[in-house]
Amino acid sequence: MVEIGADWPARKPSRPRAAPPSHSGVTRRSLLATAALLITTSGVSARVVTKVLPWKPNDAYPVTPVVPGGYLFFTANEASVVDAFVDRLIPTDELGPGAKDAGVTTFIDRQLTGPYGGHDWLYMQGPFSQNPLPTQGLQSPLTPREQYRLGLAALETYCTANFNRSFVQLSADEQDKLMSGMEKGEIQLPNFSSKMLFNAIYANTMEGFFADPIYGGNRDMAGWKLVGFPGVRYDFRDVLDKPNQPYTLPPVSLQGRPAWGGH
Amino acid sequence: MVRRLQRKDVVIVGLGWTGSILAYELSHTGLDVVALERGPWRDTAADFNIGTAPDELRYAVRHDIFLRPKQDTLTMRNNPSQTALPIRKWGSFLPGNGVGGAGVHWNGQTWRFLPDDFRIRSHMIERYGEGILPEGNQIQDWPVSYDDLEPYYDKFERVAGISGKAGNIKGEIHPGGNPFEGAREHDYPTPPMKQGYQQELFTRAAANMGLHPFPRPSANLSVAYTNPYGCSMAPCTFCGFCEWFGCANYSKASPQTCILPALIREPSFEARTECEVTKVNLTVDGKMATGVTYVDAQGEEWEQPADLVLVCAYSLFNVRLLLLSGIGKPFDPASGEGVVGRNYAYQTGSGSLGFFENVKFNPFAAAGSTGVALDDYNSDNFDHGPHGFVGGASITCAHTNGRPIRYHPTPSGTPMWGSAWKKAVRDTYQRVASVGAQGSVMSYRNNYLDLDPTYKDALGRPLMRMTFDYQPNEQKMANWMADRCDEIAKAMGAKATQINRLRVPWNVVPYQTTHNTGGAVMGNDPKTSVLNRYLQSWDVPNVFVMGASAFPQNAGYNPTGTVGALTYWGLDAILNYLKSPGPLVQS
Repeated sequence: MVEIGADWPARKPSRPRAAPPSHSGVTRRSLLATAALLITTSGVSARVVTKVLPWKPNDAYPVTPVVPGGYLFFTANEASVVDAFVDRLIPTDELGPGAKDAGVTTFIDRQLTGPYGGHDWLYMQGPFSQNPLPTQGLQSPLTPREQYRLGLAALETYCTANFNRSFVQLSADEQDKLMSGMEKGEIQLPNFSSKMLFNAIYANTMEGFFADPIYGGNRDMAGWKLVGFPGVRYDFRDVLDKPNQPYTLPPVSLQGRPAWGGH
Repeated sequence: MVRRLQRKDVVIVGLGWTGSILAYELSHTGLDVVALERGPWRDTAADFNIGTAPDELRYAVRHDIFLRPKQDTLTMRNNPSQTALPIRKWGSFLPGNGVGGAGVHWNGQTWRFLPDDFRIRSHMIERYGEGILPEGNQIQDWPVSYDDLEPYYDKFERVAGISGKAGNIKGEIHPGGNPFEGAREHDYPTPPMKQGYQQELFTRAAANMGLHPFPRPSANLSVAYTNPYGCSMAPCTFCGFCEWFGCANYSKASPQTCILPALIREPSFEARTECEVTKVNLTVDGKMATGVTYVDAQGEEWEQPADLVLVCAYSLFNVRLLLLSGIGKPFDPASGEGVVGRNYAYQTGSGSLGFFENVKFNPFAAAGSTGVALDDYNSDNFDHGPHGFVGGASITCAHTNGRPIRYHPTPSGTPMWGSAWKKAVRDTYQRVASVGAQGSVMSYRNNYLDLDPTYKDALGRPLMRMTFDYQPNEQKMANWMADRCDEIAKAMGAKATQINRLRVPWNVVPYQTTHNTGGAVMGNDPKTSVLNRYLQSWDVPNVFVMGASAFPQNAGYNPTGTVGALTYWGLDAILNYLKSPGPLVQS
């Protein structure tokens, strides 16, 4: 299992931790040094705020922009399967780029190396029920990283056994048919739920196609341009003043837009 | 080893809306107040910075600022015969975490409950007879009336700067406002927000149908405003990143915008963050609280003695802290005895999506509380006789955002992916209007909270277990409301509509609403309530519990307006208590 300690979202440099906290979920900024951080006379390790609001100019918690190129989690073969898969979910066509061309594979790769990939923020204590109610939601011990690693391997084994080819070598029609079967849970992959794999890739594809481009997907804001979402302009009072009119300004992302020297 | 800290006059558990209000008001009187908050400190400039705040993936999908289930979650099941399993990932509701609590990420819809809501049991029996009450219900009147709370609603609206249009000032009906609301002493402190094109269609259609639309009361402010604490807010810019996000623009009322700047100047106040209170400590006879025990960021355990303990930890976690502390008798649905965890309720959601042609709704130009609502079908504003259900819903036409990861509607029957999906997404984004009904949920014997026998949190304490489902009464009500929404959507000119019925059984996966109520309800009878009418524990008089956990059942509105009013009501009671400590009501 690849374990990359991507700090997501990035935090301002903090003092080195003296010792790992015993319940790490509590300690987002336990040792973040700021002017207002005091330790009580009694030695309580807490951020104590009194008399003045803690504030420093330019204090913020930006995410680290994804730099495309290569893969940090996927093997070359896994990446090619994901490329082919997401290209069928959202194809490039006359309406514009699809998921593959919008960088969704890179998006998923980088997400898998962060806290999402390990379900780091979720409740992952056992016991894990073998027969949860449909209303009880996520009950699998498999993290997204495990779902992709095991699921993609199972998909390749399945394709080799049934088509004597890799998923990427199937025709678009064959891929669509197989994916529809996975979506419905009708395909029996060896030792892995085809529906779980489909759902993971599907959800991450939607995220990557429509999330801010800072995460590596939605390249050139292709997803936003498709629907007409203007991004993070943050002031639409003029839109309400002109009801039922098309919005014509191009989208803006967290990093600005190309015309401004952004991305 | 637990080490003991210096005594404080007041210890507050949780620094959200209720905790920060009480912290300010009590430290302002000179009392030594410490607030213990289990999440991090958060402020607008650093945490909801305009350069980082509008990030759908980070906040709405990955849940960056919510309570992380790894730290604490609940288990859930639909009925007592099932085995509850942990909510490993939030879905149906999203508890806040950190300073500001859920007051950071709310939408800001700030309602007063209707006068009938406070005496719904008596009212329904008087008008329709006992037979109208649903099977297994534990509906009970509130121990306070609308008139009791009116000045306190007013106070909270002034602190939060709520933008709205009054419908009833001192008994006089004002056109354009909500004619069904209880009489108000004053209009809202700021004028109503701008609305979008779909709200224009809704207003016209509803008025033509003889209904009474009005702009819903909003904590996203229409104009710049300075509140009675001297805290200033800026006008909302309709950025479309409101619910699930902190506001970068100082436009959404929250503890950060409305309370903390004033609170922090009180020299006798101190906030300690990343400190999780594990229990309220009691005297040996269990009749008084001596303070609280908490665990700090390094896992060290501390005892904070205090004369007064204010539980302000969000409704669900208030109930859990009472259960873990042994305050009040836990509710047992088998015997019907006990009170803590009793009368957990929630909210129904149903409605209709209208698909229009040749329109540009621009759904991204929105705020959490933009919307036009009507109350013709709420509470008992209409004759329930022919319908056979109790309760009602506020019906609203609103968009809160057009953020595309989660908002890319397609007509039913559209494939979920592929070029056909892509085309449908493109063609539909601009032309959907939603007419939604947010409905009441009554209280029932089998909807309750207790401690889970199996699963533990990161500190080894039992998780709370939620047993909840929508009962036939709520299903009937919400589905009837969906039909009313559909009529309106059609009258607005929708070429096609898609009715959304109440989803049963209740499912923890899709987001529904963070309107969790009950479990530590207020009442006049200690056999059926945890708190007296002053939000004071019947069992331990120096413990007061704030928040929607006090609701005996839930009304057809967002709860925060009533939570704010109850907090100021509770504040007056606390000030009285401090003059003469002891039970404010004799049991």
